[in-house]
Amino acid sequence: MTAEIKKHEPMTVYIKPTKGWASLNLRDLWTYRELVYFMIWRDLKVRYKQTVLGISWAILQPFLQMVVFSIFFGNLAKVPTDNGIPYPIFSYAAILPFTIFTKALNDASRSLVGHQNMVSKIYFPRLILPLSSVLGGVVDFALAFLVLIGLMIYYAITGGFHFFINAAWLALPFFILLALVSGLGVALWLSALFVQYRDVGYLIPFLAELWKFVSPVVYSSSLIPEKWQMLYSLNPMVGVINGFRWALLGAPSPFGMGLTISTVIAIILLASGLVYFRRMERTFADTI
Amino acid sequence: MAAVIRVEHLSKRYRIGLAPQKYQTLSENITFAMGAPLRAIRRVQTPAPDAMDTIWALNDISFEVQEGQVLGIIGRNGAGKSTLLKILSRITEPTEGEIWINGRVGSLLEVGTGFHPELTGRENIFLNGAILGMKGREIASKFDEIVAFSEVEQFIDTPVKRYSSGMYLRLAFAVAAHLEPEILVVDEVLAVGDAEFQRKCLGKMSDVAQQGRTVLFVSHNMSAILRLTQESIVIEKGRLVKRAPSPEAVDFYLSAGHSRDGERTWGTDEIPLEADPFRPVALRIRDSKGRVVETIRSTDPGVVEFEYELTAPVTGLRVGIYLNTARGEAVFTTFDTDDPAMFERFTNRKPGRYVSRCIIPPDTLNSGRYSLNVNASSYRIRRYFAEEQALEFNVDATGAPGMQWPEPRPGVTRPRLEWKIESL
Repeated sequence: MTAEIKKHEPMTVYIKPTKGWASLNLRDLWTYRELVYFMIWRDLKVRYKQTVLGISWAILQPFLQMVVFSIFFGNLAKVPTDNGIPYPIFSYAAILPFTIFTKALNDASRSLVGHQNMVSKIYFPRLILPLSSVLGGVVDFALAFLVLIGLMIYYAITGGFHFFINAAWLALPFFILLALVSGLGVALWLSALFVQYRDVGYLIPFLAELWKFVSPVVYSSSLIPEKWQMLYSLNPMVGVINGFRWALLGAPSPFGMGLTISTVIAIILLASGLVYFRRMERTFADTI
Repeated sequence: MAAVIRVEHLSKRYRIGLAPQKYQTLSENITFAMGAPLRAIRRVQTPAPDAMDTIWALNDISFEVQEGQVLGIIGRNGAGKSTLLKILSRITEPTEGEIWINGRVGSLLEVGTGFHPELTGRENIFLNGAILGMKGREIASKFDEIVAFSEVEQFIDTPVKRYSSGMYLRLAFAVAAHLEPEILVVDEVLAVGDAEFQRKCLGKMSDVAQQGRTVLFVSHNMSAILRLTQESIVIEKGRLVKRAPSPEAVDFYLSAGHSRDGERTWGTDEIPLEADPFRPVALRIRDSKGRVVETIRSTDPGVVEFEYELTAPVTGLRVGIYLNTARGEAVFTTFDTDDPAMFERFTNRKPGRYVSRCIIPPDTLNSGRYSLNVNASSYRIRRYFAEEQALEFNVDATGAPGMQWPEPRPGVTRPRLEWKIESL
């Protein structure tokens, strides 16, 4: 029997200790691009297994959150909205992009420690773990977006408030991207820190809670006094939420200094996160 | 023939306290950082500070592997074999040195990594394949082959959490085996799974070797090394001490023990930090007259004694030996508190010096060379100390049953059995 030797694409690996600042090695990430897809797919498959409500959880969670916020902040505390937008839809337009960020914070930050077995046993670009976890949030986002459309139709029919699909919707991908960049930036920092410091596990829920209140989720960012606006915009989620409310609901335009600051901060978060992650990557398998 | 792996001056340093202690908390690190200035001052005074808090798991290793070669890697536990494989498969980075690898490195050590219990067999094949670096279409084209090899066709759409452990292992192995890497790494995988599975592993390994791929084979089982490899390297305390044709390398490894004439003693620097409060002192073989010897007679009782010190009280301690043939096959395992009455009596051992001694009854072992592993642990709590091949000794079969025929007798034991012959 002549066994045919199947040759794979020739691949030469050169291993040496990385000194100083590690290069990003994006080529490697590209080689493994299919793994990103498989990890997202796996997360989706597994997440709602053995649940009664299944995938509807992705819709129920933000929806119920909106209901609770509307009762307590909208009706009881009478938190004002911009341009008379009904509170439920006003808060929902913020909850929506914030779920992307929360997912990054909660899941992507735990992705390395949560896959200890893989990290200590096989080689693959470690970036794939937080990256696929963050990208997986887009699927939840898309599902929850359908509820927003439903809400808008509801308000249009009952005559509470009128919305128009206009050119501003084209700006949505930019704001989604901004949310992803911010989320990934934070997740890269936290996931790499988590490998070495288990304290991060206790920090994450607290940070998620805190971040929600320093972002204009339950209130309008116009409540923040003018002199604090620039400082406030250091939180990139401020730019994201203002952008969403503007594009979808006709809230005041977010463009200006504030959004620029938010964008720059998001990019800095991502870039520094990448560098830190790559720098720590070489010891992940030894310390995890 | 071209070199597919070239390793040059490879070293890997671990910080003690980082490796065994696994992870630190932030407060520990802050305390550590605050102590830094003080340490910096001390560092000026102590001459070799690096040697104090770091260990070299690998130290200046260089070798080449030719295409299609099956290379054995031999060494005791902790010699650095696993570290070497981890670096070759890019799981961890070296501290110094360079490596060129021509081709994909696959390992039978990572079987089932990334399997998700909630996913079906089919889904796990795709996921696991992707984790091991296969492309989607590559997996799809080999899918049927993988399923057939794993023998789980019927359950391919059942979540793997409902699989028996044997099915799970077979499926996992099937995926890894079909990765078809240019370089295959096999590390002690033979220690897991049933005999059938081990046979399959070895079969796959020789298939791979026959197809002209390169195999790195790490094992404690010298018979397997001799059977499957032509050439081997021996690693000792992080250094490559020998590269030779396998029979020569195995001989070198077996005789390189620290044991001299029936006694192995431990110096303070040889005892790992994590062994505390257990400190091994000596392991000895004595003959029936109480002399420390290298060779005992099969027909006489032999004594194995392990002397050690406890620096703190220990609960549930059991000290024992694993007797193996020099080729690595297990003969028996025994602990000093095997007897329930002894176990009751020695529940707590106070600090002090002890000897645990046992007698190998006459007419037990066949002639040959044997090796002792020692182990001190509290069951399910902690393993304090273990060392493989701590001591070797010979058994001489003079006077044993059947010696009137000068032929080698196969078998590890040489019992004196009572035969009866009846004429009917």
